[in-house]
Amino acid sequence: MLNTAIMIVSSVLCIALVLNLWRLLRGPDLSDRILALDTMYINSIALILLYGMHMGTNLYFEGALLIAMLGFVSTVALCKYLLRGDIIE
Amino acid sequence: MSLSKWLPMPLHSLLLFIVWLLLNNTVAPGHLVLGAFLALTIPLLCAPLKTRQPKVLRPLLALRYIFRVLGDIVVANVEVAILVLGPMRKLQPAFVAVPLDLSGDLPITLLASTVSLTPGTVSAEVSEDRKWLYIHALHMTDEQGLIATVKSRYEAPLKEIFGC
Amino acid sequence: MSIWIEILVSVLLLIGGFFVLVGSIGLCRLPDIYTRLHAPTKATTVGMGAILIASMVMMSVEEGHLSVHELLITLFLLITAPITAHMLAKTALHHENRALKRTQSQQLMSNAREQLPPDANRSHE
Repeated sequence: MLNTAIMIVSSVLCIALVLNLWRLLRGPDLSDRILALDTMYINSIALILLYGMHMGTNLYFEGALLIAMLGFVSTVALCKYLLRGDIIE
Repeated sequence: MSLSKWLPMPLHSLLLFIVWLLLNNTVAPGHLVLGAFLALTIPLLCAPLKTRQPKVLRPLLALRYIFRVLGDIVVANVEVAILVLGPMRKLQPAFVAVPLDLSGDLPITLLASTVSLTPGTVSAEVSEDRKWLYIHALHMTDEQGLIATVKSRYEAPLKEIFGC
Repeated sequence: MSIWIEILVSVLLLIGGFFVLVGSIGLCRLPDIYTRLHAPTKATTVGMGAILIASMVMMSVEEGHLSVHELLITLFLLITAPITAHMLAKTALHHENRALKRTQSQQLMSNAREQLPPDANRSHE
Protein backbone atom coordinates (compact mmCIF):
# COMPACT_ATOMS: atom_id res chain seq x y z
CA MET A 1 0.00 0.00 0.00
CA LEU A 2 2.79 2.36 0.90
CA ASN A 3 4.45 1.82 -2.46
CA THR A 4 1.19 2.61 -4.24
CA ALA A 5 0.83 5.82 -2.21
CA ILE A 6 4.40 6.83 -3.03
CA MET A 7 3.78 6.21 -6.74
CA ILE A 8 0.52 8.20 -6.72
CA VAL A 9 2.10 11.15 -4.91
CA SER A 10 5.13 11.08 -7.22
CA SER A 11 2.90 11.34 -10.28
CA VAL A 12 0.90 14.13 -8.61
CA LEU A 13 4.16 15.99 -7.99
CA CYS A 14 5.19 15.51 -11.62
CA ILE A 15 1.89 17.03 -12.76
CA ALA A 16 2.53 19.94 -10.37
CA LEU A 17 6.02 20.38 -11.84
CA VAL A 18 4.62 20.48 -15.37
CA LEU A 19 2.07 23.13 -14.30
CA ASN A 20 4.90 25.18 -12.79
CA LEU A 21 6.91 24.78 -15.97
CA TRP A 22 3.97 26.12 -17.97
CA ARG A 23 3.88 29.23 -15.78
CA LEU A 24 7.67 29.55 -16.02
CA LEU A 25 7.57 29.55 -19.82
CA ARG A 26 4.43 31.63 -20.20
CA GLY A 27 5.43 34.37 -17.84
CA PRO A 28 3.84 37.35 -18.42
CA ASP A 29 6.38 39.05 -16.16
CA LEU A 30 9.75 38.29 -14.62
CA SER A 31 8.33 38.04 -11.10
CA ASP A 32 5.91 35.33 -12.32
CA ARG A 33 8.84 33.37 -13.65
CA ILE A 34 10.77 33.67 -10.38
CA LEU A 35 7.70 32.54 -8.45
CA ALA A 36 7.32 29.53 -10.73
CA LEU A 37 11.00 28.64 -10.31
CA ASP A 38 10.66 28.97 -6.53
CA THR A 39 7.68 26.62 -6.51
CA MET A 40 9.53 24.20 -8.78
CA TYR A 41 12.45 23.76 -6.43
CA ILE A 42 10.14 23.24 -3.44
CA ASN A 43 8.31 20.53 -5.40
CA SER A 44 11.58 18.91 -6.41
CA ILE A 45 12.57 18.68 -2.72
CA ALA A 46 9.38 16.70 -2.16
CA LEU A 47 10.17 14.48 -5.15
CA ILE A 48 13.69 13.76 -3.88
CA LEU A 49 12.36 12.88 -0.41
CA LEU A 50 9.79 10.55 -1.96
CA TYR A 51 12.55 8.83 -3.93
CA GLY A 52 14.50 8.43 -0.71
CA MET A 53 11.44 6.88 0.96
CA HIS A 54 10.97 4.58 -2.02
CA MET A 55 14.57 3.35 -1.79
CA GLY A 56 14.39 3.24 2.01
CA THR A 57 17.55 5.28 2.57
CA ASN A 58 18.38 8.51 4.33
CA LEU A 59 21.05 9.46 1.81
CA TYR A 60 18.91 11.91 -0.14
CA PHE A 61 18.22 14.10 2.86
CA GLU A 62 21.38 16.16 2.39
CA GLY A 63 20.54 16.75 -1.26
CA ALA A 64 17.06 17.96 -0.32
CA LEU A 65 18.48 20.30 2.33
CA LEU A 66 21.01 21.72 -0.13
CA ILE A 67 18.31 22.37 -2.73
CA ALA A 68 16.17 24.08 -0.07
CA MET A 69 19.01 26.42 0.90
CA LEU A 70 20.31 27.17 -2.60
CA GLY A 71 16.78 27.68 -3.91
CA PHE A 72 15.95 30.21 -1.22
CA VAL A 73 19.20 32.11 -1.67
CA SER A 74 18.86 32.20 -5.46
CA THR A 75 15.25 33.40 -5.28
CA VAL A 76 16.21 36.21 -2.94
CA ALA A 77 19.25 37.08 -5.08
CA LEU A 78 17.12 37.25 -8.24
CA CYS A 79 14.51 39.43 -6.50
CA LYS A 80 17.22 41.69 -5.15
CA TYR A 81 18.74 42.00 -8.61
CA LEU A 82 15.38 43.00 -10.10
CA LEU A 83 14.75 45.44 -7.25
CA ARG A 84 18.11 47.22 -7.18
CA GLY A 85 20.03 46.15 -10.28
CA ASP A 86 22.68 44.85 -7.90
CA ILE A 87 22.87 41.90 -5.53
CA ILE A 88 25.49 42.98 -3.01
CA GLU A 89 25.43 46.71 -2.44
CA MET B 1 35.74 36.48 33.32
CA SER B 2 32.08 37.23 33.06
CA LEU B 3 29.61 34.79 31.55
CA SER B 4 28.46 37.23 28.88
CA LYS B 5 32.01 37.47 27.52
CA TRP B 6 32.32 33.75 26.89
CA LEU B 7 28.69 33.19 25.95
CA PRO B 8 27.70 36.32 24.01
CA MET B 9 24.61 34.84 22.34
CA PRO B 10 23.13 32.06 24.49
CA LEU B 11 20.03 31.52 22.31
CA HIS B 12 22.09 31.33 19.15
CA SER B 13 24.43 28.85 20.81
CA LEU B 14 21.51 26.62 21.75
CA LEU B 15 20.12 26.87 18.22
CA LEU B 16 23.49 25.97 16.65
CA PHE B 17 23.82 22.99 18.99
CA ILE B 18 20.33 21.69 18.10
CA VAL B 19 20.84 22.25 14.37
CA TRP B 20 24.16 20.38 14.49
CA LEU B 21 22.53 17.39 16.21
CA LEU B 22 19.62 17.45 13.74
CA LEU B 23 21.97 17.62 10.76
CA ASN B 24 23.80 14.52 11.94
CA ASN B 25 20.60 12.94 13.24
CA THR B 26 22.33 11.52 16.30
CA VAL B 27 22.95 12.05 20.01
CA ALA B 28 26.26 10.17 20.07
CA PRO B 29 28.72 11.57 22.66
CA GLY B 30 31.27 12.56 20.00
CA HIS B 31 28.75 14.74 18.20
CA LEU B 32 27.56 16.19 21.52
CA VAL B 33 31.12 17.38 22.22
CA LEU B 34 31.73 18.64 18.66
CA GLY B 35 28.33 20.39 18.61
CA ALA B 36 29.03 22.04 21.95
CA PHE B 37 32.44 23.18 20.71
CA LEU B 38 30.93 24.71 17.55
CA ALA B 39 28.06 26.24 19.52
CA LEU B 40 30.57 27.97 21.80
CA THR B 41 33.14 29.15 19.24
CA ILE B 42 30.96 30.36 16.34
CA PRO B 43 29.07 32.92 18.50
CA LEU B 44 32.42 34.12 19.89
CA LEU B 45 33.61 34.83 16.34
CA CYS B 46 30.30 36.39 15.30
CA ALA B 47 29.64 38.46 18.44
CA PRO B 48 30.96 41.74 16.94
CA LEU B 49 28.37 41.47 14.15
CA LYS B 50 25.48 41.41 16.61
CA THR B 51 22.80 44.08 16.36
CA ARG B 52 20.72 44.83 19.42
CA GLN B 53 17.26 43.26 19.33
CA PRO B 54 14.46 43.60 21.86
CA LYS B 55 14.41 40.78 24.41
CA VAL B 56 11.63 38.21 24.65
CA LEU B 57 9.96 39.16 27.91
CA ARG B 58 7.22 36.53 28.00
CA PRO B 59 8.61 33.19 26.74
CA LEU B 60 5.44 31.22 27.65
CA LEU B 61 3.28 33.61 25.66
CA ALA B 62 5.73 33.30 22.77
CA LEU B 63 5.28 29.53 22.82
CA ARG B 64 1.50 29.91 22.77
CA TYR B 65 1.81 32.38 19.90
CA ILE B 66 3.84 29.86 17.88
CA PHE B 67 1.20 27.15 18.35
CA ARG B 68 -1.59 29.55 17.47
CA VAL B 69 0.22 30.52 14.24
CA LEU B 70 0.83 26.85 13.38
CA GLY B 71 -2.90 26.16 13.82
CA ASP B 72 -3.76 29.19 11.70
CA ILE B 73 -1.41 28.01 8.94
CA VAL B 74 -3.40 24.78 8.57
CA VAL B 75 -6.70 26.71 8.52
CA ALA B 76 -5.19 29.18 6.02
CA ASN B 77 -4.19 26.39 3.69
CA VAL B 78 -7.63 24.83 3.64
CA GLU B 79 -9.20 28.25 3.00
CA VAL B 80 -6.76 29.10 0.22
CA ALA B 81 -7.24 25.64 -1.34
CA ILE B 82 -11.01 26.16 -1.46
CA LEU B 83 -10.57 29.65 -2.98
CA VAL B 84 -8.06 28.42 -5.56
CA LEU B 85 -10.21 25.49 -6.68
CA GLY B 86 -13.40 27.60 -6.67
CA PRO B 87 -14.58 29.96 -9.41
CA MET B 88 -12.14 32.79 -10.22
CA ARG B 89 -14.88 35.33 -10.91
CA LYS B 90 -15.91 35.43 -7.26
CA LEU B 91 -12.47 36.46 -5.97
CA GLN B 92 -12.24 39.93 -4.46
CA PRO B 93 -8.54 40.71 -4.04
CA ALA B 94 -7.59 43.91 -2.22
CA PHE B 95 -4.72 45.98 -0.90
CA VAL B 96 -4.98 47.03 2.73
CA ALA B 97 -2.82 49.36 4.81
CA VAL B 98 -2.59 48.26 8.44
CA PRO B 99 -1.37 50.86 10.96
CA LEU B 100 1.41 49.42 13.17
CA ASP B 101 1.78 50.02 16.90
CA LEU B 102 4.89 47.86 17.14
CA SER B 103 8.37 49.31 17.10
CA GLY B 104 11.68 47.67 16.30
CA ASP B 105 12.69 45.68 13.25
CA LEU B 106 12.45 42.19 14.73
CA PRO B 107 8.81 42.44 15.94
CA ILE B 108 7.72 44.01 12.65
CA THR B 109 9.49 41.28 10.68
CA LEU B 110 7.79 38.63 12.80
CA LEU B 111 4.39 40.27 12.27
CA ALA B 112 4.93 40.52 8.51
CA SER B 113 6.00 36.87 8.32
CA THR B 114 2.99 35.77 10.37
CA VAL B 115 0.66 37.77 8.13
CA SER B 116 2.21 36.11 5.08
CA LEU B 117 1.74 32.64 6.52
CA THR B 118 -1.86 33.04 7.69
CA PRO B 119 -5.31 33.18 6.02
CA GLY B 120 -5.32 34.67 2.54
CA THR B 121 -2.93 37.55 3.18
CA VAL B 122 0.60 38.39 2.01
CA SER B 123 2.55 41.32 3.39
CA ALA B 124 3.81 43.36 0.47
CA GLU B 125 5.67 46.34 1.88
CA VAL B 126 6.43 48.29 5.04
CA SER B 127 6.43 52.08 4.93
CA GLU B 128 9.75 53.78 5.52
CA ASP B 129 8.70 55.26 8.85
CA ARG B 130 7.73 51.73 10.03
CA LYS B 131 4.17 52.83 10.83
CA TRP B 132 2.20 51.09 8.07
CA LEU B 133 2.16 47.54 6.75
CA TYR B 134 0.78 47.01 3.25
CA ILE B 135 -1.07 43.72 2.85
CA HIS B 136 -2.49 42.04 -0.21
CA ALA B 137 -5.55 39.92 0.56
CA LEU B 138 -6.73 37.17 -1.74
CA HIS B 139 -10.38 37.53 -0.87
CA MET B 140 -11.59 40.42 1.28
CA THR B 141 -15.16 41.24 2.12
CA ASP B 142 -14.66 43.36 5.24
CA GLU B 143 -11.66 45.72 5.35
CA GLN B 144 -12.08 46.92 8.94
CA GLY B 145 -12.62 43.35 10.09
CA LEU B 146 -9.36 42.21 8.48
CA ILE B 147 -7.39 45.07 10.05
CA ALA B 148 -8.96 44.37 13.45
CA THR B 149 -8.13 40.64 13.17
CA VAL B 150 -4.49 41.32 12.31
CA LYS B 151 -4.17 43.83 15.13
CA SER B 152 -5.87 41.84 17.87
CA ARG B 153 -4.83 38.31 16.94
CA TYR B 154 -1.18 38.80 15.97
CA GLU B 155 0.00 42.29 16.83
CA ALA B 156 -1.27 42.48 20.41
CA PRO B 157 0.48 39.23 21.55
CA LEU B 158 3.73 40.30 19.82
CA LYS B 159 3.53 43.64 21.58
CA GLU B 160 3.16 41.85 24.90
CA ILE B 161 5.95 39.34 24.15
CA PHE B 162 8.51 42.03 23.31
CA GLY B 163 7.09 44.69 25.59
CA CYS B 164 7.32 47.49 23.05
CA MET C 1 6.06 -2.18 9.51
CA SER C 2 2.59 -2.44 11.00
CA ILE C 3 -0.47 -1.71 8.92
CA TRP C 4 -1.45 1.31 11.03
CA ILE C 5 1.82 3.08 10.43
CA GLU C 6 1.56 2.34 6.72
CA ILE C 7 -1.93 3.88 6.66
CA LEU C 8 -0.73 6.93 8.61
CA VAL C 9 2.23 7.49 6.28
CA SER C 10 0.11 7.00 3.16
CA VAL C 11 -2.58 9.42 4.35
CA LEU C 12 0.04 12.06 5.22
CA LEU C 13 1.66 11.61 1.80
CA LEU C 14 -1.67 11.97 0.00
CA ILE C 15 -2.55 15.13 1.98
CA GLY C 16 0.87 16.55 1.14
CA GLY C 17 0.56 15.72 -2.53
CA PHE C 18 -2.90 17.29 -2.65
CA PHE C 19 -1.73 20.59 -1.19
CA VAL C 20 1.35 20.76 -3.41
CA LEU C 21 -0.87 20.16 -6.45
CA VAL C 22 -3.33 22.84 -5.28
CA GLY C 23 -0.40 25.27 -5.04
CA SER C 24 0.62 24.59 -8.62
CA ILE C 25 -2.96 24.73 -9.91
CA GLY C 26 -3.28 28.11 -8.18
CA LEU C 27 -0.06 29.24 -9.83
CA CYS C 28 -1.62 28.49 -13.21
CA ARG C 29 -5.20 29.55 -12.62
CA LEU C 30 -5.06 32.75 -10.61
CA PRO C 31 -5.39 35.93 -12.66
CA ASP C 32 -2.57 38.28 -11.57
CA ILE C 33 0.84 38.15 -9.90
CA TYR C 34 -0.38 39.41 -6.51
CA THR C 35 -3.01 36.69 -6.19
CA ARG C 36 -0.62 34.11 -7.63
CA LEU C 37 1.72 34.75 -4.70
CA HIS C 38 -0.83 33.28 -2.29
CA ALA C 39 -1.21 29.79 -3.70
CA PRO C 40 2.34 28.40 -3.81
CA THR C 41 3.66 30.03 -0.65
CA LYS C 42 0.75 28.86 1.47
CA ALA C 43 -0.03 25.52 -0.09
CA THR C 44 3.56 24.35 -0.14
CA THR C 45 4.19 24.95 3.57
CA VAL C 46 1.49 22.48 4.64
CA GLY C 47 2.07 20.18 1.65
CA MET C 48 5.78 19.94 2.31
CA GLY C 49 5.15 19.71 6.06
CA ALA C 50 2.89 16.68 5.60
CA ILE C 51 5.35 14.93 3.23
CA LEU C 52 8.27 15.61 5.55
CA ILE C 53 6.37 14.31 8.60
CA ALA C 54 5.49 11.18 6.61
CA SER C 55 9.17 10.72 5.74
CA MET C 56 10.09 11.28 9.41
CA VAL C 57 7.64 8.64 10.66
CA MET C 58 8.71 6.12 8.05
CA MET C 59 12.44 6.55 8.56
CA SER C 60 12.03 6.36 12.36
CA VAL C 61 10.18 3.06 12.04
CA GLU C 62 12.53 1.61 9.44
CA GLU C 63 15.73 2.45 11.28
CA GLY C 64 14.35 1.61 14.71
CA HIS C 65 15.33 4.91 16.34
CA LEU C 66 13.92 8.40 16.28
CA SER C 67 14.88 10.21 13.06
CA VAL C 68 13.91 13.85 13.23
CA HIS C 69 16.31 15.58 10.88
CA GLU C 70 13.53 16.25 8.34
CA LEU C 71 12.32 18.81 10.88
CA LEU C 72 15.26 20.94 9.75
CA ILE C 73 13.83 21.25 6.22
CA THR C 74 10.32 21.90 7.59
CA LEU C 75 11.58 24.70 9.83
CA PHE C 76 13.72 26.13 7.04
CA LEU C 77 10.77 26.22 4.63
CA LEU C 78 8.49 27.75 7.29
CA ILE C 79 11.00 30.53 7.94
CA THR C 80 11.87 31.22 4.29
CA ALA C 81 8.40 31.00 2.67
CA PRO C 82 7.17 34.42 3.96
CA ILE C 83 10.49 36.06 3.10
CA THR C 84 10.31 34.81 -0.48
CA ALA C 85 6.69 35.95 -0.74
CA HIS C 86 7.60 39.38 0.62
CA MET C 87 10.54 39.79 -1.77
CA LEU C 88 8.41 38.74 -4.75
CA ALA C 89 5.63 41.15 -3.75
CA LYS C 90 8.21 43.93 -3.49
CA THR C 91 9.58 43.05 -6.91
CA ALA C 92 6.12 42.99 -8.46
CA LEU C 93 5.29 46.39 -6.93
CA HIS C 94 8.61 47.79 -8.08
CA HIS C 95 8.03 46.63 -11.65
CA GLU C 96 4.60 48.29 -11.55
CA ASN C 97 2.89 45.04 -12.43
CA ARG C 98 -0.79 45.67 -12.97
CA ALA C 99 -3.16 44.24 -10.41
CA LEU C 100 -6.47 42.71 -11.40
CA LYS C 101 -9.00 45.41 -12.33
CA ARG C 102 -11.42 44.65 -9.52
CA THR C 103 -8.72 44.75 -6.83
CA GLN C 104 -9.93 47.07 -4.08
CA SER C 105 -7.94 50.16 -2.98
CA GLN C 106 -5.44 50.08 -5.83
CA GLN C 107 -4.43 53.66 -5.01
CA LEU C 108 -2.38 52.17 -2.13
CA MET C 109 -0.04 50.49 -4.60
CA SER C 110 1.82 53.64 -5.63
CA ASN C 111 2.35 54.69 -2.01
CA ALA C 112 3.48 51.18 -1.10
CA ARG C 113 6.02 51.25 -3.93
CA GLU C 114 7.54 54.43 -2.54
CA GLN C 115 7.34 53.11 1.04
CA LEU C 116 5.21 56.09 2.02
CA PRO C 117 2.33 56.11 4.51
CA PRO C 118 -1.05 55.67 2.76
CA ASP C 119 -2.21 59.24 3.49
CA ALA C 120 0.95 60.94 2.17
CA ASN C 121 0.79 62.78 -1.11
CA ARG C 122 3.60 61.84 -3.44
CA SER C 123 5.80 64.90 -3.47
CA HIS C 124 7.17 64.70 -6.99
CA GLU C 125 3.79 64.75 -8.67
